[in-house]
Amino acid sequence: MSYVLEGEGLTQDYHIPGGLFGKARVLRAVKGASFRLEKGRTLAIVGESGSGKSTLARIIALIDRQSGGTLKITGETVDIGRHRPKPSLRSKVQMVFQNPYGSLNPRQKVGDVLMEPLLLNTDLPAPERRARAEAMLAKVGLAPEHFNRYPHMFSGGQRQRIAIARALMLNPALLVLDEPVSALDLSVQAQVLNLLADLQQEFGLTYVFISHDLSVVRYIADEVMVMNKGEVVEQGSREAVFADPQHAYTRQLFAATPITDVEAIRARVARRKALLAGA
Amino acid sequence: MQDAILTIRNLTVTFATATGSFTAVDGIDVRVSPREVLAIVGESGSGKSVSMLAVMGLLPETATVTADEMVFDGHDLLRLTPAERRQLIGREITMIFQEPIASLNPSFTVGFQIEEVLRLHMGLGRAAARARAIELFEAVGIPDPAAKIHAYPHQMSGGQCQRVMIAIAIATNPRLLIADEPTTALDVTIQKQILDLLTALQESHGMALILITHDIGVVAETADRVVVQYKGHKMEEADVLSLFEAPQHPYTRALLSALPENATGDRLPTVSDFFGAEGVR
Repeated sequence: MSYVLEGEGLTQDYHIPGGLFGKARVLRAVKGASFRLEKGRTLAIVGESGSGKSTLARIIALIDRQSGGTLKITGETVDIGRHRPKPSLRSKVQMVFQNPYGSLNPRQKVGDVLMEPLLLNTDLPAPERRARAEAMLAKVGLAPEHFNRYPHMFSGGQRQRIAIARALMLNPALLVLDEPVSALDLSVQAQVLNLLADLQQEFGLTYVFISHDLSVVRYIADEVMVMNKGEVVEQGSREAVFADPQHAYTRQLFAATPITDVEAIRARVARRKALLAGA
Repeated sequence: MQDAILTIRNLTVTFATATGSFTAVDGIDVRVSPREVLAIVGESGSGKSVSMLAVMGLLPETATVTADEMVFDGHDLLRLTPAERRQLIGREITMIFQEPIASLNPSFTVGFQIEEVLRLHMGLGRAAARARAIELFEAVGIPDPAAKIHAYPHQMSGGQCQRVMIAIAIATNPRLLIADEPTTALDVTIQKQILDLLTALQESHGMALILITHDIGVVAETADRVVVQYKGHKMEEADVLSLFEAPQHPYTRALLSALPENATGDRLPTVSDFFGAEGVR
């Protein structure tokens, strides 16, 4: 079996310098994460703020170097601290960020946003770059006339489509999505999740999906990894984790997630009616 | 049905912009009874916050507010003098916001900020205000309140800051608390604590609560009655059970089916599957 992504005992330490108010110390933000992910599947990393999920995402996306452990992308061991990644490796992993308002350069036209990865990483001629960018624009559900527009002319959902299109320009094997729908309205979230599902099927993409929203995770993930304070507390298939969560923290997360089930609402309304009648 | 504590009829808010006027809220009616939790739910641009900011008088000068009626407990909110408004807003009607850390003044301790409210609105002296502030911090579940009184907002977490905001908002025993996306910036376990706290306080203080949110889950867990807004218009109003059991308006049905947990099959239905994205009335 070949894996697109393998991590073994990944750790990340942040060195916090000492100063007037305290001694220097080391904060271990990720305390040993191991995982394997097959082609075409989605791994969801779930956690709250401070869980280390975004730190781990940055290691997987080859933005930060891990402090310890090994990372393999399509079977190849990667250590960006030792060797600068080649363009061929860079192309394999791309990232989509949470905030589509912050992740696009306001002075860059959409067409240029999409063509830039090709300019930097390939030696394709300009007409070919343009043709590919226009094709990708259509793939993510935008129109050809959007090519020469600036990011501020788009809604949040459209911007996230542009960010996804940019990430796909280099035909990556792996897409790291860091809370890609949490800044979007519910109806737009549905559209973007549908788009991600379509693209995954069409290009055989492998996703690492970072999220705090369990209902989104349940919808999109094949495998789930729950993190708390840098530690992986639970890991397994979506079915296993959702049907029978083992760790206390996972159960706490599930209990805190609002339920929109009609029976649950009925019970709550009845309880409140009784309380107000008694008062 | 009890007499409403807040009645708004045909509220319209327009903003003067560089490209002409923009109507953010168009003919909205809102009624809240005492001891009721009303959720106003909508996506961005639905005008859900703007109508409540109009009640609070917090809109910028570019906004024009018109309404057939906007009455809180016998006071006509459209014709208040500034002095009357100060008596009412911040005392009888209080509000908490989405960003708890940004809502507090970073230059003063949280204790100072709650004591200011107690001294100004409740006429308490310095010592009495301090004692009451500690009581209130205790009531909203801030650990070690006597010490936390001296903390600055940046020394507390987001959840703690929202608890401070809630303590300030209930300090005057208001008749109506407006919470504008109170848990959107918080983690889900903290969200649960804050929502539980808000409903518990609402029940024990017998105040009315208006909860503005985009989160259907929050509505399901807290509201008695729900108003669904879209692009400045009211789409539907119903008690919470009917809304989830049998949503009447296509937009409500679209919203509910866009919830990932309601997904049937491979694709999530989107709003435009129910009608063109533009033509909702």
